[in-house]
Amino acid sequence: MKAKSSLIKLNDKGLYCAAGDFYIDPWKPVKRAVVTHAHADHAYRDSQNYLVTKEGEKLYRIRLGFDANLEMMRYGETRSINGVKVSFHPAGHVLGSAQVRVEYKGEIWVISGDYKLAPDPTAAAFEHIQCHNFITEATFALPIYRWQDTRKVAEDINDWWRRNKEQGKASILCAYALGKSQRILALIDSSIGKIFTHGSTQRLNSAYRESGINLPNTTYAKAVEKKSEFQGSLIVAPPSALGSTWVKRFGNYSTAFASGWMIVRGARRRKAVDRGFVLSDHADWEELQTAVRESKAETVFVTHGYIAEFVRWLNENGYNAKPLQAQYVGEEGSEAEESSED
Amino acid sequence: MKLFTELYVELDQTNKTNEKVEALKFYFERAKSEDAAWALYFLSGRKPRQIVPSKKLREWAMDLSGVEPWLYEECYHEVGDGAETIALLLPFNSRTDETPLHILVEQKLLPLRAEAENNQHEAVISAWQAMDYSQRLIYNKLIAGSFRVGVSQLLVTRALSQLSGLPTDTIAQRLMGEWQPTAEFYEKLVSSEMDADETPIARPFPFHLAYQVDFPLEDLGDVYDWQAEWKWDGIRAQIIKRENQVFMWSRGEDLITERFPEIAQAAENLPNGTVLDGEILPWLDNQVQSFMVLQRRIGRKNVTTKMLAEIPVILQCYDLLEFSGEDIRAEELNLRRQKLESLLANLDEETSKILRPTETVSADSWEELAKKREQSRSLRVEGFMLKRLNSPYRVGRQRGDWWKWKIDPYTIDAVLIYAQKGTGKRANLFTDYTFAIWKDGELVPFAKAYSGLTDKEIRKVDRFVRDNTNETFGPVRSVTPQLVFELAFEGIQKSTRHKSGVAVRFPRILRWRDDKKIEDADTIEQIYALLEVENI
Repeated sequence: MKAKSSLIKLNDKGLYCAAGDFYIDPWKPVKRAVVTHAHADHAYRDSQNYLVTKEGEKLYRIRLGFDANLEMMRYGETRSINGVKVSFHPAGHVLGSAQVRVEYKGEIWVISGDYKLAPDPTAAAFEHIQCHNFITEATFALPIYRWQDTRKVAEDINDWWRRNKEQGKASILCAYALGKSQRILALIDSSIGKIFTHGSTQRLNSAYRESGINLPNTTYAKAVEKKSEFQGSLIVAPPSALGSTWVKRFGNYSTAFASGWMIVRGARRRKAVDRGFVLSDHADWEELQTAVRESKAETVFVTHGYIAEFVRWLNENGYNAKPLQAQYVGEEGSEAEESSED
Repeated sequence: MKLFTELYVELDQTNKTNEKVEALKFYFERAKSEDAAWALYFLSGRKPRQIVPSKKLREWAMDLSGVEPWLYEECYHEVGDGAETIALLLPFNSRTDETPLHILVEQKLLPLRAEAENNQHEAVISAWQAMDYSQRLIYNKLIAGSFRVGVSQLLVTRALSQLSGLPTDTIAQRLMGEWQPTAEFYEKLVSSEMDADETPIARPFPFHLAYQVDFPLEDLGDVYDWQAEWKWDGIRAQIIKRENQVFMWSRGEDLITERFPEIAQAAENLPNGTVLDGEILPWLDNQVQSFMVLQRRIGRKNVTTKMLAEIPVILQCYDLLEFSGEDIRAEELNLRRQKLESLLANLDEETSKILRPTETVSADSWEELAKKREQSRSLRVEGFMLKRLNSPYRVGRQRGDWWKWKIDPYTIDAVLIYAQKGTGKRANLFTDYTFAIWKDGELVPFAKAYSGLTDKEIRKVDRFVRDNTNETFGPVRSVTPQLVFELAFEGIQKSTRHKSGVAVRFPRILRWRDDKKIEDADTIEQIYALLEVENI
C-alpha cells in the first residue's frame, strides 16, 4: 500500500492534520491541540482544547494552567477526531510523554515528539509503532553523541556526592526541572545524605509523586534556616539557578550539570561547572537509528536539532528522509534546550 | 598511564586552584620517578611534536567507527578538537590501559614516528583497543602533538614544593631551561640536596611578572617609594654570562641566543657571573620600532645579514639578578639598579649601544606621572612599569611590588560581516568574527577578533549569525551587516596584504555597541589618522 503523505502538514502554527482539524504541539493558540509532552517548547498555553495523556495530567495542569480545557486519554486508547484515529504511545522522554499515532484512510503517521529508548524509572518505556510516516527529533543526531549505561552515570553522581560530603561540601546538581531532575532523584543513592531542591524543581517533584512515581524525600531549600544543614547534602536545581545569588546560601559547594551536551568538553567548560554528567532524556545517535528502523516507515521526517545531518545520513543509508523545519525552541541550539526547561 | 589519566581528568574537572594542587600532589606522591618526569614534562607545556599526522588518525578512526568524512566534519565542528572528536567516535571500550606512562611514551609513542605507515596504523589501532575514553583522548593528543593541560606552572611548582619541602623558588629554578624527562632528573628536582655546583651555568632565574593596575594609583602609597620605567613592547629576555658563555632566554623559556647574535655578541663583554633582565627591541635611528617589525625577525629561523642590517635590535636592561656570580634577587630594587647602572657604565662604547639601562621617570606626584604617561604614544611605549623601590625580584606573576600601568588602547567602531565557529571551549558557537569599516562607501574587512564578549552576548551573536546568514564559504558565514562593535587594538601599520590597507596588533572586542547603526561605524580615514599618530 502506497500512502499519500499529505495527512500531516506544517504551517505557521505547527503540525496540522487537516482531515481531523487539529494540531500537534502547536506554538500558537489553536482550536484543538494534541500535545506530546509537558515541556514548554511543546506545550504552549492558550489553545481552546487540549488532548493530552492521562499519565501526564499533573504536569499539564502546571504547564497549561488549571483552567485549561484538558481532554485526557491513556496510552494505547484510541479516539476519533473528525474521523481521524488518534492514540498515544509511550515516548520514554519524561513522565506522560507520548508519541502520537494518527490514522486516516489506512495512512498511518507517528509523531514521536521528544523521545529516548534508554530506561528511566520515571517514564514509561518507548514503544516502537510501525507506520508509513515517522516524524523523529534529531537533537543529538551526530555519532559523537552516544550515551553510557545510565547506571554508570548514577554511580558517578553518587561518587561525586560522597566525595563532596567527605570534604564538607554541598553538591549542587543542575538539571532541567521537569523530567531530568526526577529521573536523577530516582536513580541516585538517597542514603548518602539529605536532598534539597530549588522551588521550581520541588513543585514538579510533587506532581511526580502525586502521579504515583516513587522519589526520595526532598526538602525545599528556601525553607532551611541554617547554612550548616546544607553541608554534605545534594541540591537539585534548574541550570538558571547557578548564575544567581540563590547558590550563595550553600556555603562551600561543588557544582555539576547533567545533560547530554556535557559529553563535549567545550560545552562542559562553557558551563563553568566542576563536573558534567552525561545524562539525556533524548535519544542518542544509536537510539535514533533504532527508532527509525523499527518504525518501518516509508518516509522519515526529521525535526529539531541536527536536521540536515540526520536527513543526509538516513538518505545515504537506505531510508527516504526529509527535513521538517518546526519552530521548536531547541532548533540547533544546545543552549536553547537548556533554557527551555528552566 | 592510568594514574596520569586520572590526574588529567581531575585537573580538567575543577576550576579551583587548591583542588588542582591537591590532585597534583596525589599524583606525584604515587607516581614512579620515571613516570613523574614525563608527567612533569607534559604539565610544564612541553610536548613531543606530532608523531603521526592528524589526517591519518582521523582516517583510521573514521574507518573504525564507520563514519563518513562529511559526518566527521560535522562532528568536528561541534567538538572543536580533533583528538576529542576521535575519542568520542571510536567504538566503546571499558578496558583501562595499565601501561606505565614512561613505557607508553618512550617505547610506544616516540619510536612510532620513524615507523612505516602500516606499522603506525597497527600500533594506533591496538592502543585504542586497550584504552578507555579518557586514555584515548590523552593518547590522541600526545600522538597528534596537541597535548596540553589546564594547569599553570605555578601550581605544579607549588605542589612539588609542598611534597618535597623545598621552597617554590628552588623548584621553579630547577624546572627552568632545558632538561630531559628522566627518573634521575625528577629525583634531583625534589631532592633536598642543595649543591652550589648543581646549577648548570645556562639555567635562568624564573621571571618576575606583573599585573595591570586595576585600582587608583593613590592606593600604591607615596610616589617616591616607586620607580617608574617606560614599558617597552618587545621580547622579555634574560641574558646570562657565566664561565665565558652567553645564554639568552625568552619568557617562554626558549633559548634564543642564536636569534639575536648582536645582543649575544655584546653580552660577551659582560663580566662572568652576570644575569640581566630586559627587553629586546627593534631599534633604528635611536628610536624603538614597532613590535610588528620585530615579528618579521622572530619568524625567521636563520637570521640573515640583510635582516640584521634592516632590523637591528638592542636590549633595554631593567634589572640585575646575578652580580659577580652572586644571586642578588633578594636585595632591594634600588640597590640592584645602582649595580646595574655601574655595570653598564663600565662597558665599552659599542657594547653600550646594545646593552642600555632602561630610562626611569621621576615625578613628585601620581598626577604628574599620569601627565608624563601621556607621551607614551609618541615615544612608542605602552605606558609605565611601576616597581617598588625596596622590593626583591620575585618569582612568577605577583601582585604587590610590580605593576603594569598601560595606556588605553586605540578603539574603533566596526561592523560584523563574517563569523566562524570557535574551537575548544567555544566549539559549536559562532565566536570568531571578522569586522569591517567603511572605505569609499563600502564595508571592507579590517580585523578579526575573538575575545571580549560575555557568554550571554556570544550566544546572542551566535543566534544572530544563524538567523542572518547570507552565504556560506566552508566554515565561514557572511552575515547581513547590522551589528556594530567597539574594537580595541594596540598598534597599527600599513599593509599590502589587507584589503583595508592596514594591519592592527592585538585586536579584540571591547563591547557591543547596540546603540549604534552601521552608518555610525568608523571610516578608513579615521584609521589613517591613527597611522599618523603612530608615525610609521
